[in-house]
Amino acid sequence: MNNNPIIKVENLTHIYSPGTPFQVVSLEGISLEIARGEFFAVIGSTGSGKSTLVQHFNGILAPAKGKIWVCGADISDKRQRRDLWRRVGLVFQQPEQQLFEETVFDDVAFGPRNMGFDQDEVKRRVEKALQQMGLDPATVSGVPPFRLSGGMRRKVAIAGVLAMTPEVLILDEPAAGLDPQGRKQLMDLVEDFRREEGVTMVLVTHNMEEAALWTDRMAVLDKGRLVMEGSTREVFNKAGELRALGLNVPAPAQLMCKLRAAGKQVRTDVLTNEEAVEEIARLLSET
Amino acid sequence: MREFKATGPVSNTLESHGSRLTTHDSNEIFIQVKDLVHIYNRGKRGEFRALSGVSLEIKKGEFLAVVGPNGSGKSTLIMHFNALLTPTEGEVIVGGLDTRDPRHIWEIRRQVGIVFQNPDNQIVSSLLEEDVAFGVENLGLPPEEVRERVEEALSLTGLSGVRDRPPHLLSGGQKQRLAVAGVLAMCPACLVLDEPSSMLDPAGRAELMETLVRLNRSGRVTVILVTHFMEDAARADKIIVMNEGRLVLTGPPDRVFAEHALLDEINLALPAAAEISRGLRRRGFPVPDGILSLDDLVSFLCRR
Ligand SMILES: Nc1ncnc2c1ncn2[C@@H]1O[C@H](COP(=O)(O)OP(=O)(O)OP(=O)(O)O)[C@@H](O)[C@H]1O
Ligand SMILES: Nc1ncnc2c1ncn2[C@@H]1O[C@H](COP(=O)(O)OP(=O)(O)OP(=O)(O)O)[C@@H](O)[C@H]1O
Ligand SMILES: [Mg+2]
Ligand SMILES: [Mg+2]
Repeated sequence: MNNNPIIKVENLTHIYSPGTPFQVVSLEGISLEIARGEFFAVIGSTGSGKSTLVQHFNGILAPAKGKIWVCGADISDKRQRRDLWRRVGLVFQQPEQQLFEETVFDDVAFGPRNMGFDQDEVKRRVEKALQQMGLDPATVSGVPPFRLSGGMRRKVAIAGVLAMTPEVLILDEPAAGLDPQGRKQLMDLVEDFRREEGVTMVLVTHNMEEAALWTDRMAVLDKGRLVMEGSTREVFNKAGELRALGLNVPAPAQLMCKLRAAGKQVRTDVLTNEEAVEEIARLLSET
Repeated sequence: MREFKATGPVSNTLESHGSRLTTHDSNEIFIQVKDLVHIYNRGKRGEFRALSGVSLEIKKGEFLAVVGPNGSGKSTLIMHFNALLTPTEGEVIVGGLDTRDPRHIWEIRRQVGIVFQNPDNQIVSSLLEEDVAFGVENLGLPPEEVRERVEEALSLTGLSGVRDRPPHLLSGGQKQRLAVAGVLAMCPACLVLDEPSSMLDPAGRAELMETLVRLNRSGRVTVILVTHFMEDAARADKIIVMNEGRLVLTGPPDRVFAEHALLDEINLALPAAAEISRGLRRRGFPVPDGILSLDDLVSFLCRR
């Protein structure tokens, strides 16, 4: 399927503060490919290198060793790396802390203005992006970001990236701290955006249910190394291995594993509550 | 507000698998909130009524979970528990002390430790270990005791391996663990945590939950946990549900999670086991209400 990967990483190593007492080898020998238009997840325990990895995808970080191509650009080349921010949007972990403009409008307009669009185009993009994030431009445009609730601030931060119409959108824990409804709404909006605009999505998450629900393929990091890669269903069928890494499988899959351990003949590769209901219903009707 | 008392059997169809906590054995009230109203920026631009007429009692040794949608007033409420915010109207009494009296602030903060929602706000020093020691050193304890407490807090939060890093160079989850460690080291009688696991990996979240349960059971620490994870809330003695600045529901977890209509109305989720049980009931299988943990669901299904 990866004839033409939009992101290709070859033997990537990254070191923070090299040559100082705080030197940390945060990534080591990572190779992977992400296909155009897919919904890709990066999971791994605390400090495993997820944020470090995805910050290479838009050129914020440069590899110490290895190669990365993104949208055809070789990011070890400084010139090519410099232009990447226009094509690859990155929403940081806790992005609401980076809302620094006076109004929501100015915050979302920051990217498009830097891209050199005229006022009308900037306005059109800001309004569209706010709408795509489920916000009403007329009511929120003039509001100072700090007056909004956590969930709304998160949406404004994502709108700021959407307004640049990126080819790849990287979301680092986009839903952490959102309530269950806000989480679902945000992921629905992101998925609509992916389907309508053909954008490639890279999601970093600690929420296994969320990864199960939305993504096609996953990479699993452990202490800076890539330890698993595969379809979401394949990876989530390896409960024992994931647990050993400080991770887990989604709750419905945990349930099936427990039933299996209790001697019930059930599938363990379920991803959602609905699939679990289906499988248990089958079990109950057989007996 | 709907209020359920924790009387009678938790559920007559289920064995308890130890996933729920034993109820606290003390009836002494530790925090009393009476008709609390909080208005931000009163009389100024951006005036906002974040809490309206909230009343509740938290008993000594209780494990309380606070849930509710974004913006419902959870953080505003718990910031009253150590006098970081004071009531616009009504009163909050902590360990017998009125939070409005400035002379009590120091004593109240010694008893009630808060882990804030944003871990960056809690970082005060340039070395991780110093950061954990900061609060403890101000308690006037002998140096060995300070060291012991810092060690224990580091090991409980799994941070021993990165102890000599500068905090601003930590990953998101490491910072969040650090915020927890600093407050644990203070050994407060009451521990308040505002979404402490929003950035933790699954193992980290489970370990933190076990630590809280242990401190609550054997250490008699009063624990107040604000969370969006319903599985974690289900392990508390009592849950309070906030919506639009009001307390809309309170009671033991099995009673609260049985209020489907109300929870649906404010878009609150159920724990996965309860959600799956509900799906099975809709398909016509007689699965009882009140199943909140995966273990309870497994044992029910295996007994049929
Ligand atoms: N600026 C930095 N300088 C030095 N070390 C750093 C820096 N940023 C991160 N690190 C370290 O690099 C490692 C990987 O960090 P990274 O932030 O990529 O982890 P992560 O997988 O995103 O973790 P989390 O799930 O907690 O967000 C960690 O050990 C972290 O402490
Ligand atoms: N400093 C402030 N000034 C004005 N309004 C505020 C301030 N802090 C919070 N608010 C508002 O008060 C309401 C309650 O906020 P609070 O932070 O208590 O909610 P919460 O339940 O903790 O939400 P979350 O789940 O997002 O953390 C929100 O509508 C919020 O926008
Ligand atoms: Mg990270
Ligand atoms: Mg809050």
